[in-house]
Amino acid sequence: MTDAAATLPLPAENRIGAIVETLGAWLLGVLWISPLLYALWAAFHPAAYSAHFDLTAPLTLENFVKAWNAAPFARYFLNTVLLVSMVLVGQFVLATLAAFAFARYAFFGRDVLFGLVLVQLLISPDMLLVANYNTMHMLGLVDSIAAMALPYMASAFGIFLLRQTFKQVPQELDDAARIEGCSALGVLWRVYMPLARPVYLAYGLVSVSYHWNNFLWPLIITNSVETRPVTVGLQVFATPDQGVDWSIITAATLMTSGPLLVGFLIFQRQFVQSFMRAGIR
Amino acid sequence: MHGRFTTLHAWLLALPAMVLLVLFTHYPIVVTLFDSFMSTPKKHRPSHFVGLDNYAAMAGDPVFWKALTNNLIYAGATIPISIALALLMALIVNGRIPGRPLMRMAFFTPTVLPMVAVANIWLFFFNPNYGAIDQLLQLVGLTAPNFLGQQQTALWCVIVVAIWKEAGFFMIFYLAALQTIPPDLVEAAAIEGAGRWQILRRVVLPLLMPTTLFVLINAVINAFRTVDHIFVLTGGGPDNATNVLLYQIYLVGFSFWDQGYAAALTMVLLAGLGAAALLQFFFLDRRVHYR
Repeated sequence: MTDAAATLPLPAENRIGAIVETLGAWLLGVLWISPLLYALWAAFHPAAYSAHFDLTAPLTLENFVKAWNAAPFARYFLNTVLLVSMVLVGQFVLATLAAFAFARYAFFGRDVLFGLVLVQLLISPDMLLVANYNTMHMLGLVDSIAAMALPYMASAFGIFLLRQTFKQVPQELDDAARIEGCSALGVLWRVYMPLARPVYLAYGLVSVSYHWNNFLWPLIITNSVETRPVTVGLQVFATPDQGVDWSIITAATLMTSGPLLVGFLIFQRQFVQSFMRAGIR
Repeated sequence: MHGRFTTLHAWLLALPAMVLLVLFTHYPIVVTLFDSFMSTPKKHRPSHFVGLDNYAAMAGDPVFWKALTNNLIYAGATIPISIALALLMALIVNGRIPGRPLMRMAFFTPTVLPMVAVANIWLFFFNPNYGAIDQLLQLVGLTAPNFLGQQQTALWCVIVVAIWKEAGFFMIFYLAALQTIPPDLVEAAAIEGAGRWQILRRVVLPLLMPTTLFVLINAVINAFRTVDHIFVLTGGGPDNATNVLLYQIYLVGFSFWDQGYAAALTMVLLAGLGAAALLQFFFLDRRVHYR
């Protein structure tokens, strides 16, 4: 995001107004981040301080150790990483091929087919829980990582996004590569995909964060430690009724969101930009 | 590129994606419609045609009406509030206020975290005995009610968490759109003597209409799809006070294993989304200024 201050000043009417607005804006910001600040507080302090705010409270990592040992989080993380990578690779391959067809081929049935793709923008597989569960049952895939990933591999969003991008590639580049002897797939690989690299990055970030966070479908389709992703694992573990400490629950909560949170803080600029790019085109 | 050969080629390229799309989106839609007219298979009685029985049962089921009403309240509150807040946030982050990068981070961070995880944090905020809100109220000598435990407040807690999670996401799209507005337009309006509210209303908001439409569509879909936090915060309770359509579908389909009824409920959800999409397509689309 380049410095945007100049694009839209909308200056306040006067100085006092400007100060009030700044304070109001800060208040909103503090309000928005306070749940996370609280979580950080509770997770890094002993349980006695979880609801007692004292600046002299000692810091500790014990809550994280306890949470890590209380449930098979290592396995949950592995499952999530497998799930996210499987979805990502599948989406990239399938969306690229389909988007190329929709962007650069005039073929019989194209508009009908593309209309069918767009249906998924409105009705996503996770709304069709029961029918999809039955399909997975028929395929013998219940309680597998593949079952969690498969319904999302063909993504209307991805196809739509890449089609828009491919359409902007100058036809001359395509023609030139073909004259040089490139096959259709060669052109896709050497011309279209390199030009679309920022879009792949954007789409990849959106996809990873979406599927890292996904909950309902994995909850239904998994029922063992070997397949459960972190979101479901956290929910199985973090039921306060079972007498687990708040500090441990917040530690587990931060732990499951940790990789995304750290990644977000490091790549903040790219992350925000890619979300924008993914949505706008 | 024309002719039979290209058509074959194109179909082959689209085929893998189409197979999975059909298998997990179109086929289940058709199957769900079919199942909604069938009984749920039991051990000694296979599934058979029951006509509109499932729908009739639904119409007479107070839980369905409760979930539908809740869902409409949930949508009616989260959609406008989160969009308005998103616009406000974008204007703040796009303005000249000191600390903008920090603010952008504060607004956007909830968006990247898992809903199940952040709902656990909010659970603490709402806790009646030692929660953060309770402690704040104690400072002024009040005690917090059991926000999640009583019918009147539980749904609003769920709504607050949804707005908190979603507003920062929509902010990004407004931010992107704001940065494409040419500064001369705003300057010209200012020279003509327009106040900032006038500029906002007459220049900025109309130019943001395509973004608003995009955000609105997403907000509508999310209002019927986001149920993760309900699992954590209330489990649909107390007494269905926070039950919504998709959560009820989950309960009927996977706790009560009544698939015929779950199919009928799903059809209501799909019909609602379809109607919303058509409405937006036919009415709102015409009022949008495309660039």
